[in-house]
Amino acid sequence: MPRQLDSVLAEIPLFSGLDDETLRLLAGCASNVRFDAGQRIMRRGEPADVFYLVRHGSVVLETYFPARGPVTIETLEAGEVLGWSWLFPPYRWHLDARALTVVRATAFDGACLRGKCLEDPALGYELMSRFAQIVIERLQWTRLRLIDVYETDGRR
Amino acid sequence: MAVAEPTTHGVMAPVTYRVTDRVQETADTFTLSLAALHGEAPPIEPGQFMMVYAFGVGEVPISVSGVTDQGEVVLTVRAVGAVSGAICAAQPGGTLGLRGPFGSSWPLAAAHGADLLVIAGGIGLAPLRMLVRQALSAPERFASFTLLYGARAPADLLYTAELERWRSGASVAVTVDVADSDWRGHVGVVPKLIGAARFDSARAHAFLCGPEVMMDFTVQALQGRGIDSQRIHLSMERHMDCGVGLCGHCQLGPTLICRDGPVYSHAQIARWMGVREL
Ligand SMILES: Cc1cc2nc3c(=O)[nH]c(=O)nc-3n(C[C@H](O)[C@H](O)[C@H](O)COP(=O)(O)OP(=O)(O)OC[C@H]3O[C@@H](n4cnc5c(N)ncnc54)[C@H](O)[C@@H]3O)c2cc1C
Repeated sequence: MPRQLDSVLAEIPLFSGLDDETLRLLAGCASNVRFDAGQRIMRRGEPADVFYLVRHGSVVLETYFPARGPVTIETLEAGEVLGWSWLFPPYRWHLDARALTVVRATAFDGACLRGKCLEDPALGYELMSRFAQIVIERLQWTRLRLIDVYETDGRR
Repeated sequence: MAVAEPTTHGVMAPVTYRVTDRVQETADTFTLSLAALHGEAPPIEPGQFMMVYAFGVGEVPISVSGVTDQGEVVLTVRAVGAVSGAICAAQPGGTLGLRGPFGSSWPLAAAHGADLLVIAGGIGLAPLRMLVRQALSAPERFASFTLLYGARAPADLLYTAELERWRSGASVAVTVDVADSDWRGHVGVVPKLIGAARFDSARAHAFLCGPEVMMDFTVQALQGRGIDSQRIHLSMERHMDCGVGLCGHCQLGPTLICRDGPVYSHAQIARWMGVREL
């Protein structure tokens, strides 16, 4: 399984340009998973020991208000990364995630990856900068939503 | 950028049109069909706009969102102020004055043989609707056709029935900024959809219209995927008055949007887009 995975990983933009050795290392921490439509993938407050790379389908990130029920925050699609709470203590999910459709994803064991990053700072730097890029992009998208472009000043 | 032949139809004096149909798209947006009281409507290219006069209230630029088989001019208008509000309030049988069409049109032919991306935000789908219809009428001309469309909330989406029909000829992804858990589509901003779109960035052409900030983010995402500025076409729908290059209200750097635009390649106007004083 890991042997097949490293070639799959090579085609994923998040890992593009990484050498074979690194891909093999990453594949060693990875496994393929599947969620049925409606199935919960993560729940706020639970241990965050994994992250997912969505390969197929759509995931909704949500949070739960006792009075209102689940509130949608955003959806994630094929090619996107789900979860970064595994990166920093206290390693607990901030949000709930649910499969909107059948979802196929690659799951990465966070503790395993953190261990490898500690052993190999060059790998650690490489992965951290790739994750930082994703986080910054999400932050930019979130800022764009904050501006509420469709409503501002009555403008389109 | 394709510039249409100058037309003598209602250049300075509005021609009277009768409202033949009025469809409510959303809480504040209406699609009106308009038939010229005398004679025929002029030829109109996708992306061009008309100066629309609500008699006694004022005149504003509105893109043409369609031309019916009967030659009626179709406009989709969001009520944001006095004039657009009066246009939206016009009932079948009522009249409006139209000048135009004015401005440049979408250079769709440039995308022949390549992947076609149409990206719209909010009312920005209106100026792109004729382009979408034209592309769907000859799908064999494009390697692929992807439409990405975003609005604030599900209730703000335009042309919802037509959007569903477009799915048979294009890969359509619709997203909203906010939704409750009943909404089954994407939630997030339009440029975020670009990541999952399939296209050959060395040849693809993108056509976009929406709020300027949304277009700015979208251009960055497209460039991030390797699409050249020359192949990103956008419609700059800034405030304008005369519509014919005389008053200078819509100046953008060295160009006048009403005369040289509203459709530009990003390469043409990148320098001026973010300049605050313009
Ligand atoms: C080439 C072009 C094509 C357009 N096509 C369409 C269309 O298809 N459908 C449509 O609904 N609108 C379109 N517009 C925008 C439309 O012209 C404005 O909404 C209208 O001029 C507002 O006039 P008003 O008197 O109703 O409101 P105003 O009182 O003049 O303005 C109300 C609010 O809208 C803002 N506003 C005014 N003009 C614009 C503008 N151009 N862009 C963004 N915000 C503006 C003002 O700052 C103010 O906050 C287009 C504009 C241009 C330049």
